[in-house]
Amino acid sequence: MEKNIKFYWKLFLSTFTISAFTIGGGYVIVPLMRKKFVEELKWIDEEEMLNLVAISQSAPGPIAVNTSIMTGYRLAGIFGAFITTVGTVLPPLIIITVIAKFYEVFKENWIISSLLLGMRAGVAAVIIDVIIKMVRDIIKSKNNVSIAIMVVALIAAVIFNINSALIIILSGAFGGFYYYFKKAGENQ
Amino acid sequence: MIYIEIFLSFFQIGLFSFGGGYAALPLIKTQVLEVHNWLTVEEFADLLTISQMTPGPIAINASTFVGTKIAGLPGAVIATIGCVTPSCIIVLILSYYYFKYKNLSSIQGILKGLRPAVVSLIASAGLSILMLAIFKTKGATLLNMKLSDINLVGIIIVAISVFILRKFKLDPIKVMIGTGIAGVFIYGIL
Repeated sequence: MEKNIKFYWKLFLSTFTISAFTIGGGYVIVPLMRKKFVEELKWIDEEEMLNLVAISQSAPGPIAVNTSIMTGYRLAGIFGAFITTVGTVLPPLIIITVIAKFYEVFKENWIISSLLLGMRAGVAAVIIDVIIKMVRDIIKSKNNVSIAIMVVALIAAVIFNINSALIIILSGAFGGFYYYFKKAGENQ
Repeated sequence: MIYIEIFLSFFQIGLFSFGGGYAALPLIKTQVLEVHNWLTVEEFADLLTISQMTPGPIAINASTFVGTKIAGLPGAVIATIGCVTPSCIIVLILSYYYFKYKNLSSIQGILKGLRPAVVSLIASAGLSILMLAIFKTKGATLLNMKLSDINLVGIIIVAISVFILRKFKLDPIKVMIGTGIAGVFIYGIL
């Protein structure tokens, strides 16, 4: 794709919009990114998106910011990363600056509170939709190792509340060793 | 100088928060309540409420909120820059090596192990968002719920939205705007 002003503007606008709707936690960025960058613009594929999210999660800092930096770097190098970082940081910066000034009004306003209550249900639906798709893909792959990692990671996160960075690092290490020794076994 | 102090505080928050928003909370608390007296306990509680309601990472929300409170808009900008600087440096280094070596078979193995774990982490985050949407009472879960905790309207909106998303492949942002408007009518007006 051509890297002209139009491309950078689209990159900025996409990350700005995605960030403005990442409500209720960093992972909400996944269904939004998937729709925009994977399905609509076709700039990255699904597998790569999951790689980017995984690597972002293993670095410190907000996952939405880290994922944006990686996506920007993947599409247009350091300058791309700069554009996506600014695009991601601006919506919360603007919104919180305004709210910090009018917090009392904001807290008491019934329109805002019912709007947010409704949107929360929408966010839940959006994330359920993407989970169904992703879990189905993994089960369809018939790769028992992947299915096992998924189940163990889910138990670790939901029941034992283990830090997600740790889950990422352990599953990466497991994958690295497992596939290395499997290949070594096949070569013999 | 206050700007340097702000920058350094949020730089530390950005640098040491591994594993998402809730890992950042204790760090934010230490910096703004204990190391510096930048917020009162009430203001910190307000910050948490606002962060849950508004978009954006909790660390960025906190940066902006605290920065504005102590040094206006420049404070907010400096705090935000401080918070994302460690991410920028570390993630760019990781990106460089990832794109350089991602086709090596050993890296492929690691990534193959990572992807299902990421799906589970997304599912785990989704589960807690779902609990917020379908229960009225904070902290209610499937295990300890009472009938009166259930938010029937919430369940219906979630179910209809999932149906629309799967059947018509609608843009998730449009669905979120739609459920927001539905919320204003149902919770606000009725």
